[in-house]
Amino acid sequence: MSIEIRNIKKEFGSFTALNNVNLDVPSGELVALLGPSGCGKTTLLRIIAGLESPDTGSIHFHGQEATDRDVRERQVGFVFQHYALFRHMTVFENVAFGLRVRPKKTRPTEAEIHRRVHQLLELVQLDWLADRYPPQLSGGQRQRIALARALAVEPKVLLLDEPFGALDAKVRKDLRRWLRRLHDELHITSVFVTHDQEEALEVADRIVVMNQGKIEQIGTPQDVYDNPASPFVYKFLGNVNQFHSRVNEGQAHIGDISLTLNAHHSTQNSNALAYVRPHDIDVYTEQNGQPALQAIVSYIHAAGPLVRLELQPINETDTIEAEITRERFRELALNQGSHVYLKPRNVQVFLESAITQS
Amino acid sequence: MSTTVSQLAHYNAKVARSRATSEPAWIRWSLIIVSLLFLSLFLFIPLAAVFTEALRKGFETYIAALIEPDALSAIKLTLIAAAIALPLNLVFGVAAAWAIAKFEFKGKSILITLIDLPFAVSPVIAGLIYVLIFGLQGWFGEWLIDNDLKVIFAIPGIVLATIFVTFPFIARELIPLMQAQGKDEEEAGLVLGASGWQILWHITLPNIKWGLLYGVILTNARAMGEFGAVSVVSGHIRGMTNTMPLHVEILYNEYNYAAAFAVASLLAFLALITLALKSYIEWQSARSVVAAKPVDE
Repeated sequence: MSIEIRNIKKEFGSFTALNNVNLDVPSGELVALLGPSGCGKTTLLRIIAGLESPDTGSIHFHGQEATDRDVRERQVGFVFQHYALFRHMTVFENVAFGLRVRPKKTRPTEAEIHRRVHQLLELVQLDWLADRYPPQLSGGQRQRIALARALAVEPKVLLLDEPFGALDAKVRKDLRRWLRRLHDELHITSVFVTHDQEEALEVADRIVVMNQGKIEQIGTPQDVYDNPASPFVYKFLGNVNQFHSRVNEGQAHIGDISLTLNAHHSTQNSNALAYVRPHDIDVYTEQNGQPALQAIVSYIHAAGPLVRLELQPINETDTIEAEITRERFRELALNQGSHVYLKPRNVQVFLESAITQS
Repeated sequence: MSTTVSQLAHYNAKVARSRATSEPAWIRWSLIIVSLLFLSLFLFIPLAAVFTEALRKGFETYIAALIEPDALSAIKLTLIAAAIALPLNLVFGVAAAWAIAKFEFKGKSILITLIDLPFAVSPVIAGLIYVLIFGLQGWFGEWLIDNDLKVIFAIPGIVLATIFVTFPFIARELIPLMQAQGKDEEEAGLVLGASGWQILWHITLPNIKWGLLYGVILTNARAMGEFGAVSVVSGHIRGMTNTMPLHVEILYNEYNYAAAFAVASLLAFLALITLALKSYIEWQSARSVVAAKPVDE
């Protein structure tokens, strides 16, 4: 079932949680709402579920207006950050709850409930825990049970609020891959909220980046990572270096170096901010005749697949971060205090006038 | 060998920890002795005195004082007042705690303050308020007489006074508990299609049952033991509007010590049962919180 969100606004007192949000979630997709805390992503999810109602705007499920539809009739499954399992019920009863509370006419028989619950527990690979109580389970197990419980009512839409937020790093990683596989198996339209960009990039078909109640960008993970639509998206998705630069007729000037841009061909001498990812900076120990930024190596983080360098440019105050391969690091034989020359490879430029406007 | 070493290390660690963090022995012991002395002076000795005084003239006098018609009537009235006040406060307490813990609304802090009012107001004042409202010269006095209804110096007044002094207990017990539990589970139930009643019955009530029982026991103890407010509205009519605490007072003023202490011993006995139940419930709810350790993945 597809979800269409139109001009949603929501305020809590004087705080604007959502400011004119429009979003389409195509049927069968796994979409991530990504943003810092307070950006409105959880509020949007709760509005889709019907746990909050928007001040203005409308929600449509599969083309049908559902803004005022009761939560119980929306056919959504909701997974909470802190699991929200019924603590006094066994795992089995937790999963069966959605079936048992149905009116007599539509309630499945006891045998059918048994069959369905065990099927779901097998799906989340926790059938052996059916008689345990939630406090006896680990965090990862609880969240899988919560997912089974949400799926028991055969929802048309699955909504997950920071589903892995309360878990430790290792379990988190396992569980998000598992969620991706589960989604590929079930193909249920899913929206999940996260503040973890790595999680969104790895799991989602499509990422919705939000900031201060607005959507900054919508796109595939590669799209938003490679072509961020705003400085905010650049900073939020991965590490990035920011340079003050000037743009003139399709050329960006950062210090002594100038780079040819794909855009801004008619721009005349404007102030701009240039963004470069740490892995898009080439590091040399000699200048090779071409202009480059000069810097001193101030710190070396050599633990990990890439070597991270903190660099202090000679004519500027902001430090620059660069990532190079271990081979390259050995080749250059860098030490703390080494003098290096930097050449950005892939630069994206935002005119300051455009940034202040938005 | 290895066990002795590790035991020794453990012992040393324990000693080091206790020395590092606790007061010298003489301070600890004097604190314990002071509190024990205080307790025996003000609690154990009076309690023992109640039972010895009650039985001083023999067991038969004791029983006779309890089955005498006025005493029986006082016991009955006390039970009736508690039996009416308790369910009403149960409903009110759960409703108020639910509203305060799970919803945001204007005037919430005023409601919380109002719930605490009976703690702040002297019970005698509470009784006087009801006399002012329902008494002969009160706001509704004439209307009540016209309709042949009696509130003050009758059972309804006693029940009203009892409800007033006991109504914070259940709500006060439940509000922090429900606030700590949040509303995630209720929302989960809602999304799964449960109706309001189903959520209350299958999710909320089981989660608060120990707190609720604790509140009920405290309410009951207070309802049966209340003196001040009930004394003002009751009129002390023997065999009619006398509750147990009032009956004790009357007997005592008539120098009928054995009977006074006999009835008092019933109230003291009730207090002991309340304490035992309270400890049992605290133990049970602690047990239900400290569940078994998580199973490994």
